[in-house]
Amino acid sequence: MTLVWALIRRDLVLAMRQGGGAGMALGFFLVVVVMLPLGLGPDQAMLTRIAPGALWVALLLSVLLSTDRIFQADYEDGALEVMLLGPVPAELIVVAKTAAHWLTTGLPLALAAPLLGIFLNLPADAFAPVVATTLIGSPALSFLGAVGAAITVGVRRGGLLLSILVLPLYVPVLIFGVSAAGAAITGPVSFGTPALILAALSLASIVLCPLAAAAALRVHFR
Amino acid sequence: MRLVAEGLACSRGGRVVFRDVSFALGAGDSLLLTGPNGAGKTSLLRLVAGLVEAMAGTVRLEGGDAELTVGQHAHFIGHLDAVKGALTAAENVDFWRAYLGGAGSGDALDAFGLADLADIPAGFLSAGQKRRLALCRLAVVPRVLWLLDEPSVSLDAQSRDTLAALVSGHVAGGGIVVASTHGDLGVPFTSTLALAGRGANP
Repeated sequence: MTLVWALIRRDLVLAMRQGGGAGMALGFFLVVVVMLPLGLGPDQAMLTRIAPGALWVALLLSVLLSTDRIFQADYEDGALEVMLLGPVPAELIVVAKTAAHWLTTGLPLALAAPLLGIFLNLPADAFAPVVATTLIGSPALSFLGAVGAAITVGVRRGGLLLSILVLPLYVPVLIFGVSAAGAAITGPVSFGTPALILAALSLASIVLCPLAAAAALRVHFR
Repeated sequence: MRLVAEGLACSRGGRVVFRDVSFALGAGDSLLLTGPNGAGKTSLLRLVAGLVEAMAGTVRLEGGDAELTVGQHAHFIGHLDAVKGALTAAENVDFWRAYLGGAGSGDALDAFGLADLADIPAGFLSAGQKRRLALCRLAVVPRVLWLLDEPSVSLDAQSRDTLAALVSGHVAGGGIVVASTHGDLGVPFTSTLALAGRGANP
């Protein structure tokens, strides 16, 4: 377990020093959200209606932007093969690296979501549901992304392929995330049911995705 | 402790690189792999480490921990240095020491004379210095089997001597070393395996 912590700590330090982690994802998130009212016009009622969905789609894209770095850098400089010869099983390496990815992208993005919601006329009583759903749902985004990142790790400029592979897997997370986040605004759906399904999606992906990603990584080393 | 390879064959990109390679190494044995470019020296070392799948044959470590793979008993020094440019030299070595389960002494960088560069981000090191940083893993983490793929590339004369002393010391201490090189590592190997290339039998 201390070894898993060592891996997470190392990835956090690397993300902080190299940039391209939290800062870039936040910047991208900001730009996408600011673009939307410019493109859709200043109709405040419409912006309120689409705010949860727009925030979620922007969040998906921002997370996706950095997922290809989960394994790529360590694959290219040989660190990944040394890691695989260490005492930690590949599945736990995936868990550690993906957890670090979530801490540097999913978590700050989720916390920034209501702030950016102001641009979309997000009402104040929707702040809490938006933060709650993005916090619950974003681990699923990181872990599903890790599977795509593991599959495309040896592919030059695999970022686009990664997006095509991973975005369809994000659809359930998006649907239940938006319906829970929007419950406070749009009405009849309750917050609880979609939020629980979202939590189930996150938990399932935390358990299952490391197995798939580790299998994909092993394929690259044979 | 015995490393036994039997009837190994390997194909890369649909081409048979070598076949019927067998060897057995006991404690204190060292094996030098020679052969032209593309003869499969790297492939053989990666195969022993478990980073490449064998087309045929088996590798096993008799007397090792049954829970661990052969690769988990081994140091694999490949063409890539596994050095992170954003971490300092000391942080690089400290991470690998913690992760690979090495002993916790503070003089990790002294082995290859990098102590003065401990606080420099590794991205500013030269190719030879990065290589020495990678080789520090050998010194700080005890592992029985050393798989060295061209370990002396871009090293200066003094570092080559340090490496030779390190390898000799490991062999004298009952370790097993398999190394490939085009130059001279300055170490007396107990056996040599010449890979002929083009899929021919060695």
